[in-house]
Amino acid sequence: MKSLANRPVNPVVGLPVPHESADLHVTGEALYTDDLIVRSSNVLHAWPVQAPHAHALVESLSTDAALEVPGVVRVLTAADVPGINDAGIKHDEPLFPSEVMFYGHAVCWVLGETLEAARLGAEAVQVGYRPLPSLVTLTEAIDAMSFQGNQPTLTRGEADTALAAAAHRFSGDIEFGGQEHFYLETHASFVHVDEGGQVFVHCSTQHPTETQEIVAHVLGLTSSEVTVQCLRMGGGFGGKEMQPHGFAAIAALGATLTGRPVRLRLNRTQDITLSGKRHPFHARWEAGFDEEGRIQALKATLTSDGGWSLDLSEPVLARALCHIDNSYWIPNVEVHGRIARTNKTSQTAFRGFGGPQGMFVIEDILGRCAPLLGIDAGELRKRNLYVPGQSTPYGQPVRHAERLHAIWQELHDRADVERRREQIEAFNASHPHLRRGLAVTPVKFGISFNLTAFNQAGALVHVYKDGSILINHGGTEMGQGLHTKMRQVAATALGVPLRLVRLAPTRTDKVPNTSATAASSGADLNGGAVKNACDQIRDRLAEVAARKLNIHPDDVRFVDGVVTGIGFSDPGIAFADLARDAYFQRISLWAAGYYRTEGLHWDSARMQGEPFKYFSYGAAVSEVEVDGFTGAYRQLRTDIVHDVGDSLSPLIDVGQIEGGFVQGAGWLTLEELRWDLSDGQHRGRLASQSASTYKLPSFSEMPEEFNVHLFEKATEDGVVYGSKAVGEPPIMLAFSVREALRQAAAAFGPGNREVELASPATPEAVFWAITRARDAQAALDAGAPGVQVGPVPAAFPTVVPAPAH
Amino acid sequence: MERIQVTVNGQVRSCDGVGPHTNLLDWLRDEGLTGSKEGCAEGECGACAVMVSRPDGADGSRWTSVNACLPPALAFDGQEIVTAEGLGTAPGACAVKKLHPVQQEMAERGGSQCGYCTPGFICSMAAEYYRPERSTGASTGQASNNANNATNETGDGPASGDHARTGTSVVGEEHAADHESGPNGFDLHALSGNLCRCTGYRPIRDAAYALGAPQGTDPLLRRQDSPAPAARPTRRMADGARFVRPQSMGELFGLLGQNPEAKLVAGATDLGVEVNLRHSRPSLVMAIDRLEPLRVLTVDAERIEIGAALTLSEVERGLDGRVPLLNQLFPQFASRLIRNAASFGGNLSTGSPIGDSAPALLALNASVVLASADGEREVALAEYFIGYRQSVRKPGELLRAVRIPLPLAEQTAFYKIAKRRFDDISSVAVGLALQLDGGTVSSVRIGVGGVAATPIRALRTEEALQGQPWTSEVVAVASAVLATEGTPIDDLRASARYRSAMLEQSLLRFYAQTQPAALEVTR
Repeated sequence: MKSLANRPVNPVVGLPVPHESADLHVTGEALYTDDLIVRSSNVLHAWPVQAPHAHALVESLSTDAALEVPGVVRVLTAADVPGINDAGIKHDEPLFPSEVMFYGHAVCWVLGETLEAARLGAEAVQVGYRPLPSLVTLTEAIDAMSFQGNQPTLTRGEADTALAAAAHRFSGDIEFGGQEHFYLETHASFVHVDEGGQVFVHCSTQHPTETQEIVAHVLGLTSSEVTVQCLRMGGGFGGKEMQPHGFAAIAALGATLTGRPVRLRLNRTQDITLSGKRHPFHARWEAGFDEEGRIQALKATLTSDGGWSLDLSEPVLARALCHIDNSYWIPNVEVHGRIARTNKTSQTAFRGFGGPQGMFVIEDILGRCAPLLGIDAGELRKRNLYVPGQSTPYGQPVRHAERLHAIWQELHDRADVERRREQIEAFNASHPHLRRGLAVTPVKFGISFNLTAFNQAGALVHVYKDGSILINHGGTEMGQGLHTKMRQVAATALGVPLRLVRLAPTRTDKVPNTSATAASSGADLNGGAVKNACDQIRDRLAEVAARKLNIHPDDVRFVDGVVTGIGFSDPGIAFADLARDAYFQRISLWAAGYYRTEGLHWDSARMQGEPFKYFSYGAAVSEVEVDGFTGAYRQLRTDIVHDVGDSLSPLIDVGQIEGGFVQGAGWLTLEELRWDLSDGQHRGRLASQSASTYKLPSFSEMPEEFNVHLFEKATEDGVVYGSKAVGEPPIMLAFSVREALRQAAAAFGPGNREVELASPATPEAVFWAITRARDAQAALDAGAPGVQVGPVPAAFPTVVPAPAH
Repeated sequence: MERIQVTVNGQVRSCDGVGPHTNLLDWLRDEGLTGSKEGCAEGECGACAVMVSRPDGADGSRWTSVNACLPPALAFDGQEIVTAEGLGTAPGACAVKKLHPVQQEMAERGGSQCGYCTPGFICSMAAEYYRPERSTGASTGQASNNANNATNETGDGPASGDHARTGTSVVGEEHAADHESGPNGFDLHALSGNLCRCTGYRPIRDAAYALGAPQGTDPLLRRQDSPAPAARPTRRMADGARFVRPQSMGELFGLLGQNPEAKLVAGATDLGVEVNLRHSRPSLVMAIDRLEPLRVLTVDAERIEIGAALTLSEVERGLDGRVPLLNQLFPQFASRLIRNAASFGGNLSTGSPIGDSAPALLALNASVVLASADGEREVALAEYFIGYRQSVRKPGELLRAVRIPLPLAEQTAFYKIAKRRFDDISSVAVGLALQLDGGTVSSVRIGVGGVAATPIRALRTEEALQGQPWTSEVVAVASAVLATEGTPIDDLRASARYRSAMLEQSLLRFYAQTQPAALEVTR
């Protein structure tokens, strides 16, 4: 019972319960930060003054005209900051900048009695800008050698030697796009100074503690003078890990200066133009394979587009490097990473946190090289999967590597992959204008924060005299079902029905010094802490029960709200009665829980260590149908087998897998961030800055048939109730869609031909891939030499076969 | 001043003090009804969706889902609205849990994660739940196949045999359509204007397809048996601007004559975006969507006349498949939430080169009726657009109706090229109408959007086809001509090169789909 992974009888964990707020969601009764405004009075509204330059010096700033606008109460500028004028922890993000670093950068904020007054006030603020040269694209930054932060290198073996010795050697490069989080709830903060003189911050934040710290340093206060509460978020996806702090600080500054509650809610345009996104990447690579297609060496340089400040770019890059192997054994590795500094929003965490970008590179390599090697892409992937006993390039043993193979096989069986491959071939042979493609891709994703210190959590659990239970923990709820799981954990640990456990909103004055709810670690860390708190209380109650039942405390059982002994004839005590008994015996009924992940170590300078508690595994097979006239496609079917350990909450976990998959498919196929790259006056402006120009997956992008299966008998030792994290890994199952599109486009042309596919693989990108395939076929039909096998058509020279050895 | 009142969830609420630029969503939230959310403020995400009681037939009404973020709150004077809060209640300290069936299915099946989009989904789904035409129980075999996914693994499903309708041939049918209705008759397109970032949609689809029929005692069902509230003449001056719902065409023309800058709105799906995102603050907004002369729908031997202010959903229902080309247009035109508000009049009056109705109507050889205090005139749509968002419509005139001449061409198609299949803006849109006489092209009209400052007719391509045999050789030549029509540009939706290619491909695609093997091709 003392092991973290063991489950008692009749556990509440493992039951497929709906989201704990589902009833509130469907009735519109669930409250989000900005819903509190109408429930308050005397509220001021904030509106930013956004600079119309990608890069410029602020030479003057006059607020006089703004203050004349009826309803404008105050304009917040750098001069108002009593503490540190910085929105981050690296002190490279001035809250009120004197140098505009990206188009739309907020130089000051106007507070108004109404939002309209604040907006009109912002229009009236006069700012003098001196435009400076700007770097907007990744290529421009690379050419200008504009980099920031660490430039880590991950090495194992001798990549150069192995490349030289490889039977097949290919090289290429690719640039692929970022992703806007597009949480449905935009950034929102609402701050007032409460009756105790404390700065009370309601904030849609994944990292309340850091929001608290930033607000405190901007205001020149201590952390104890600032409390941050996060009721729930309307989506986070990493976008609220570090980005909310500055907005909260603005609202807090306004509230302390005016003595009135201040609301800062970004509208969609502001949110998308002010806040960071998933990092776009550029990769240049060289890969060597042996005769059987086994990867012998990989040499690559990954350059991320960090935007104007560091934010989380360094750990994102580290995770990208740590996932360039995905699920494949690569004996010789040399991968360099660097972060470009560009005049764009400061790119940040986004579900997967660099992992997807790292995996993108290897999956792209395998997808491009398979036809050149004359090996089916699925077979090539399978052949390179890790086997037990192997380690990652950063030196961590790949524990449970056999699961990759078991999952791979189960997926093929469940999804009837071999038969469908034949059917697809027949379909493609008989349809003049449509092609289908199918691809299987694996996922191996490391769980834990790369930064070891973040792998700790706290919880506060109260049992009241009536037996009801209130839990607090340091994690935040953004839809991922963390609170649902935590209630299940507490109910399981205390052996009570779920309805007895209530969960209070996340607050920094209940559980301090928390880590961000991020890195998929929310349930692992907070679950460990909640269970620890519950176990403490349970042990105390067991003593009370043992005395009453006249048995040994070790023999006390807590099941379904009844406390009894191990024997068949032991009488039962209602949990509520036991709680009351304990109170009268002056036994404490509350506990602070704590958890730290054991066994982690990481040397970020050498890029070696064991940064992850374990790996999350999965695989997906997707089938698509592509229309040769347009490049438009449908996702016909996706099957997934995914390892969540022993699921804490299957309905929640399946939801995370499906949602992550579709979000990943959105990144890879549909979602396209477009900046103005011209030399005109709007250079650097984000062109896709609205829902009408930045398209998320809708119903039409959902696989028409969608089967998700949780890998069974997957108990993960050392994790709460044998479970595994689930938040991020499913994003990367979506590579199966991209690779299936590549297969379908290839089917318009001859085999044995490399197919390049831009990312995102929009209908236009697919159409051009089809066009190149058709051109190759036409050249072949015309008897043109040199295009049958191997060599790539001259127009697309990025992958070149290695010279003969 | 007359009171302005809106009934929300059965409770009459005063709209006094609300200005013309306050949208319905902001007003609802200011009233404390914070269930409806703002996700995008431009009618793209549906987090703000609510249900409104709208006229249906002579004496019925129907619950109609609309985006609350776009129309002015004042446009709902006298109307009835239901929000997610009004459909059911969650258990609370003093409330008895009573979820609506739609809410129950969504909650139980994991249809919500972060919950922010959920109230909007609930309203869209509830409107479809109450849709009178939705059959439940006994469904077509086709629909039930799709819901259960029992037979679609390989895609070798049944070839559609229903392409021939009312004597004309529909080509380019959405071949995915058979995956988009449930065994309960639920049309998935009802949710095409709602975005969810968390779930991946599968549980939401399952919830939708699990819904049964409303109980006979359901008050919202019974409400549909009586007429929707009449439109009340509304006049309000606030925040330095005026909102008027004129009582008559006479009043409308009078005001329009004095205020040629007035913004006329039906569903306000365009103006709402201008107000919310571009901060336009027109001095006079006039709601014209309930004026009867703008709500006609007549068919006679020579033509079909469609009132400019009818919503696209109303037109779709009224035409009932009579114009196959429009039947293809409707599901591709924005989303159900938008089609429940937007009108042909609005789409043609804004004159956007990427409006989807113009290419279709150009192919149908449609004309528009422009009305003013001095009377009416009819202008061919091909001569209506004269520049970027400019038309021959004069100050003081409004677009009253669209006319489509009969008979229709036998072969028609509407192709929309966009990144996303549901609810996107066209990169290119092409409407095609072809009449063959013994294998020779006796008439052809091609309307194109997205490749010039206005929607255009592809006249050179038409010329290349006119009088020629309908053969692959002729089509190959003509499609190369079509690729050179217009002056496409590079923008964030597509490259100029892709746009030209899509023009070319559209004619090839049309040709392929007019061939005998077309059924196989399109399934």
